[in-house]
Amino acid sequence: MREVFDPWPFVVASYVIGIGATVILVVWSWYAMRREEKRRDEVRKR
Amino acid sequence: MHGFANPARFLRIARWLTPWCLLAGLVLVAGSLAWGLLMTPPERLQGDSVKILFIHVPAAWLGMAGWMAIAAASFTELVWRHPLAAIAARASAVPGAVFTAICLVTGSLWGRPAWGVWWVWDGRLTSMLVLLFLYFAWIALADASDRDGSADNRAPAIFGLVGAINIPIIHYSVLWWNSQHQPPSITMGKSEMSGDFLWPLLIATLGFSLLFGGVVLARMRALLARVQTEARLRRKGFDPSDEGNA
Repeated sequence: MREVFDPWPFVVASYVIGIGATVILVVWSWYAMRREEKRRDEVRKR
Repeated sequence: MHGFANPARFLRIARWLTPWCLLAGLVLVAGSLAWGLLMTPPERLQGDSVKILFIHVPAAWLGMAGWMAIAAASFTELVWRHPLAAIAARASAVPGAVFTAICLVTGSLWGRPAWGVWWVWDGRLTSMLVLLFLYFAWIALADASDRDGSADNRAPAIFGLVGAINIPIIHYSVLWWNSQHQPPSITMGKSEMSGDFLWPLLIATLGFSLLFGGVVLARMRALLARVQTEARLRRKGFDPSDEGNA
């Protein structure tokens, strides 16, 4: 007999992992870009 | 295309394109996921677990697109030696690996209620797992070629081209071999999917693709800024590795 699952915990887990990982990737990449460009501009000013 | 290989011209375009890609991507992803999660009906056989589709399919597409970007940049690096090609490949690797991992995890979370198992070693799932390992290996190889100071990008470029053979294997795996995974529902100009699911899926895919593009541009800008900083420090007689302590 086939097990019947409540699908919602799987759906919610997928959205949390998918959205969470995407947000971390976007924020990390944005701040890494800002940090490196700021460092370059500071070195140019010296 | 050669014109975009000029770093100054690239930066002029990337400076206004990066925030717009990220902003448009966030709006489209938020809208399409809310639409998919809250407004689509349960599917006849799979019920509400089908809503995982709106995360899983864009992640699968971008996992493969990331490697195609590495392969295209690798070809450009090997043939034309464009100054931005190696940077574009490096900027695509981590986002590609992240979306491949999201695809595998959400696929597993979808497999449990739909198939009754978390994982099966069939062609589609295994070739996607191989893609994730290829990303890890490529990132390690690119880091090693950076660290040895030779700035020789040929080894990662050749690996990027050879690894691209896995992309058609992933795509055709469900047609070549008996697979637990379903065959493609959307092919060129044709869809077997109901419009209730198709439109939010297409918008989510566009939104995630814009986010991916924005992230790749941001990472290219970061890598380019680092190269420019190190070059300037060397011209001034500093060792760039000591710059943080200066």
